[in-house]
Amino acid sequence: MAGVAASGGSVAADTYAKARHWLLAPSWLVLGFFVFAPVCVMLIYSFLTKEFRGGVIWEFSFAAYDQFFFDRGLFGDAEPTLQWTYISVFWRSIWQAGLATILSLLIGFPTAYFIATRPEGSRAFWVFLVTIPYWVNLLIRTVSMKFLLRDEGPLNELLINIGLINDPLHIIYTNLAVQLGLFYSYLPFMVLPIYASIERYNFTMSEAAADLYATKWTALRRIILPAVKPGVIAGCILVFVPSLGAFLAPDLLGGAKNFMIGSLIEEQFKGNAGNWPFGAAASMVLLTMVVVILLIFARQQRRAEAQS
Amino acid sequence: MSANTDVKTYTGFRFMTILCLVILYAPLAVVTVYSFNASSSITVWEGMSLRWYVDVFVGPESAKFKQAAFNSFSIAIIAASLATAIATAAATAIVRGGRYKLRVPSLGLITLPIMVPEIVLAVSTLIFFNSIGFTRGYLTILVAHTAFCIPFAYLPIQARMQGIEDTYEHAAMDLYATKAKAFRRILLPLMMPGIISGFLLAFIVSLDDFIITNFVKGAGIETLPTAIFGSVKQGLKPNIMAISTMLLGLSVVMVTISHFVSKWDNTK
Repeated sequence: MAGVAASGGSVAADTYAKARHWLLAPSWLVLGFFVFAPVCVMLIYSFLTKEFRGGVIWEFSFAAYDQFFFDRGLFGDAEPTLQWTYISVFWRSIWQAGLATILSLLIGFPTAYFIATRPEGSRAFWVFLVTIPYWVNLLIRTVSMKFLLRDEGPLNELLINIGLINDPLHIIYTNLAVQLGLFYSYLPFMVLPIYASIERYNFTMSEAAADLYATKWTALRRIILPAVKPGVIAGCILVFVPSLGAFLAPDLLGGAKNFMIGSLIEEQFKGNAGNWPFGAAASMVLLTMVVVILLIFARQQRRAEAQS
Repeated sequence: MSANTDVKTYTGFRFMTILCLVILYAPLAVVTVYSFNASSSITVWEGMSLRWYVDVFVGPESAKFKQAAFNSFSIAIIAASLATAIATAAATAIVRGGRYKLRVPSLGLITLPIMVPEIVLAVSTLIFFNSIGFTRGYLTILVAHTAFCIPFAYLPIQARMQGIEDTYEHAAMDLYATKAKAFRRILLPLMMPGIISGFLLAFIVSLDDFIITNFVKGAGIETLPTAIFGSVKQGLKPNIMAISTMLLGLSVVMVTISHFVSKWDNTK
């Protein structure tokens, strides 16, 4: 999807070349005014002074970023030391998203492989089956996960009834619940790009490996995995990036100890207690992280394309 | 043939696929089943009943849900229509506009709402509306939805247009059709499956959105997702599971339609 969008297809057709600026004007206007401009305004807000009832005072200040990274004591006059409170929230988000990504890869890769090796006619059906849950409301999926994982929920009931456990597992409101929620939210994103690259993979290479007495697992590790690496990386990014800024899974499935970036940002804009410049600064830090990840990814994809 | 499939097959991959599908569908299936529970407790099963579906429409909270549903659906229809029209025009300029400098930046701008994390988009939209003094309410939700629905409408439309050779329009223009006429009578009908598919996806994305809506809605106005979230925060209730099941069913139906429409080949 991203690949198609980035190239925009062939540029040979120019039937409507004369009208192109008029045709583009509405999208430039709407997206420029309501997506691009707001991100710029957010950048400005992150350098403003906070107003106590929420909102800002138009006075330039580094206070938001300073509060994010440094601790200056209760009265703000102590020597600045590195402030770990917010950095650790980001750090937790990174490894929560990372674990969710690994979990998705472990389940998503075999699934993508299995679908790609089905007879051609039935592949579309399998892909469709994997995509449907993505289009179901994320809130409803997260609520469903909460319902399933509760202490007295159907999962524990099932495990107790078949005699696997005697007391319910406390999964809800733990890190594991958040990871499961993130994994569940974005699993289809892992399967689709990997499927696309395995489908293009030339299986005669596996046959050649087998003829040369490679075991199947060696062939998987040494031949197939390197060949489909761009798809695997794309899948990991598509799971990791939205997990990083997720709000619903940590908010509904996690407890107070499982606070992630999304909740930290949301809290700054709730009611009068918030700190808008700080929320804007935290959003900028998140946005910067995502942009860096996407840039590294774009470079890697270009390199992979140049190689093939 | 058997040797060939042997090299391709890995033991356990079929099991993992089934596991993957079970994980994807089990939570949805469980909520669907429990939404038909007769009990007022969400834990105890007391037999099949439509009690909670009736409750959604005539129960004590029905007025709130009806208002939220009206807001959600009217916003989704208007935002998806606007986004589809804007996306169709943009796709024509990008796929049929030749090579020009603004082409790649335009594509970047169109896909920007999917690249930026949703919470960042929510924060920046809230801040922006606040800084220009736009009072939060129905209109702010509508505007924000129109903007972030554009890429979802755009991608299927672009994909469809790339699949249509420009020989069709050229043939029409050889027969003295104007460009506008060739667009209206040839390109637009051929693109219809992509346009319908794009509209449906934009509609679902708008209907489903929680985070951005929650930031820009202001006090006193709710959409279905924000109403459901508010309710779930106070504990899971059976009527919420009935609403969730209805929305879930609607999404599945619309995605299925979108899927089959986009495959429909009307160029022959």
